[in-house]
Amino acid sequence: MSIILSDISKNFGSFAALHNINLEVPEGELVALLGPSGCGKTTLLRIIAGLEHTDQGSVIINGENKTSQNVSQRGIGFVFQHYALFRHMTVFENVAFGLRVKPRHTRPSNEIIKKKVHALLDLVQLDWLHDRYPDQLSGGQRQRIALARALAVEPSVLLLDEPFGALDASVRKDLRLWLRNLHHDLNVTSIFVTHDQEEAMEVASQVVVLNHGHIEQQGSPSEIYDNPTNAFVSRFIGQTNVFDLDEHDNEWLRNVGIINANSTGRIAHVRPHDILIEKSESHQDATATLKDWQHLGALIRLELVKNDHHASKSLFAEMPKEQFKALALKIGDVVKLKIRHAHWFH
Amino acid sequence: MSHKSVMPGFRPTIGLTLLYLGLVVLIPLSTLVFESFKLSWDDYVHIITSKRVLSSFQVSFFAALIAAAVASVFGFITAWVLVRYSFFGKNIFHALIDLPFALPTAVAGIVLATIFQPSGFLGRLLNEFFGLQIAFKPIGIVIALIFISIPFVVRTVEPVLLEFESAMEEAGASLGATRLQVFTKIIFPNISPALLTGFALAFARGVGEYGSVIFIAGNIPYVSEIVPLLIVIKLEQYDIQGATAIALTMLVISFLLLLIINLLQFWVRKRSGQL
Repeated sequence: MSIILSDISKNFGSFAALHNINLEVPEGELVALLGPSGCGKTTLLRIIAGLEHTDQGSVIINGENKTSQNVSQRGIGFVFQHYALFRHMTVFENVAFGLRVKPRHTRPSNEIIKKKVHALLDLVQLDWLHDRYPDQLSGGQRQRIALARALAVEPSVLLLDEPFGALDASVRKDLRLWLRNLHHDLNVTSIFVTHDQEEAMEVASQVVVLNHGHIEQQGSPSEIYDNPTNAFVSRFIGQTNVFDLDEHDNEWLRNVGIINANSTGRIAHVRPHDILIEKSESHQDATATLKDWQHLGALIRLELVKNDHHASKSLFAEMPKEQFKALALKIGDVVKLKIRHAHWFH
Repeated sequence: MSHKSVMPGFRPTIGLTLLYLGLVVLIPLSTLVFESFKLSWDDYVHIITSKRVLSSFQVSFFAALIAAAVASVFGFITAWVLVRYSFFGKNIFHALIDLPFALPTAVAGIVLATIFQPSGFLGRLLNEFFGLQIAFKPIGIVIALIFISIPFVVRTVEPVLLEFESAMEEAGASLGATRLQVFTKIIFPNISPALLTGFALAFARGVGEYGSVIFIAGNIPYVSEIVPLLIVIKLEQYDIQGATAIALTMLVISFLLLLIINLLQFWVRKRSGQL
């Protein structure tokens, strides 16, 4: 089911949380709303759900205008950051809740409810916990139960508010992959909110970057990473080194190759893996000094200090471990930098 | 216990607790028991089963039960209003709730008696429009007990309502539950243990209440005479053993009822996964 948001604005008192948001989510996509805290992403999700009402604009789900509908009539599934499981019900009853509260004429029989709930618990691989209470489960288990509960009513869209925000790093990694696979199997249009760019890139098929109540950019993860439309997106998605041309020696910039025919602005953003490093024989042609390095698994992150007359922040470069070994660099060695790609902003 | 507990002060605090319980609760109450042992079993049964005593027990416990039930309903609604909505004068409202705690109960009794007596402000209105008489009847006792016990319910339910996770309600609504279903299936089951505690406190207070009741009750033997009053009457007649016999019986019944309520609470918590 597709979701179309047109011209959504929301104010809390004098604070403008959302500002003329226009967004289209095609059927079957798994979309991430990504942004720093306070950017309005959760408010937007709650407006789609009907948990919050918009001051202006409309929410259209599957061609139907749902703007003035209550959350209980919208047919959405919502997963909360802190699970919001019903503490006084067993896991089974939690998942069955959405079926049991249906009006009598559409409510399935107990038999069918039982079958359906067990099927859903199987889907989230937790059927063996059906008679436990939420307080007896781990965070990852609770969130999977919350997901099963949301899916029980066969929602037209699934909305997840920082679903992995309260979980351990390792559990979070597993659940991300699991959610992606689940979405692949069920193919229900889903939107999830996150402030973690890595999570957004890993799970979503489409990423919407929000900041200060505006949409900064929307696109596939690779589009957003390779062609950020502005400095905010570039900085927010992945690591980047920022070069303000006014703060650097022209000669140094030319030496490392930032300034070339493609230079179109005053500010260059360079990804750590776009900085190539060669060992320098002499101090004359060196452009940076190795200050420190860290192990990131398969990659090594190098912290470099420029050899020019402006004292400034460190640069970060990344290279595969083998390459780092082959260069045999030590802290304090001088190196030559080559920047192969930069994004330009004004 | 060869290892010292991380939490310091177990011995001094348990010691003080036992000392307090002994001095303030157990010694006075055991005196009551010993005093009543001076009576023979037959005398005891004779005192307790006299018609006047039996009907006073009936009046006291029924009035306290009804009052606690009514106070639970209104106390819950009051707590709900205080927690869920913000409105002008909420702080004054808060202070008003606690007033029955602070007011000397006799003052409350006199005030209630004044307005509910047949010539009083409310008494006259009720009599004119509904033909109801409140004062000097058992219903008057119930009214006085409700007045006294509402704050117990409000103040026990309020913190639990405050703590209640509103995301649970939102989750219920997102699953298609109506507002009524959200209340009956989600909010109420989570609040009910606290409400039971409030009920128990209100009931316990109601059974023992004296000052606010005697002015409005009329104290007609067999009709609106409460147990505490009967004890005082016996004492005034220097019938100390008669008074202790009634007091001991009341103690046992109250203890059993509170025990039952506690068990009920345990059962509710267990059933709702809160234990």
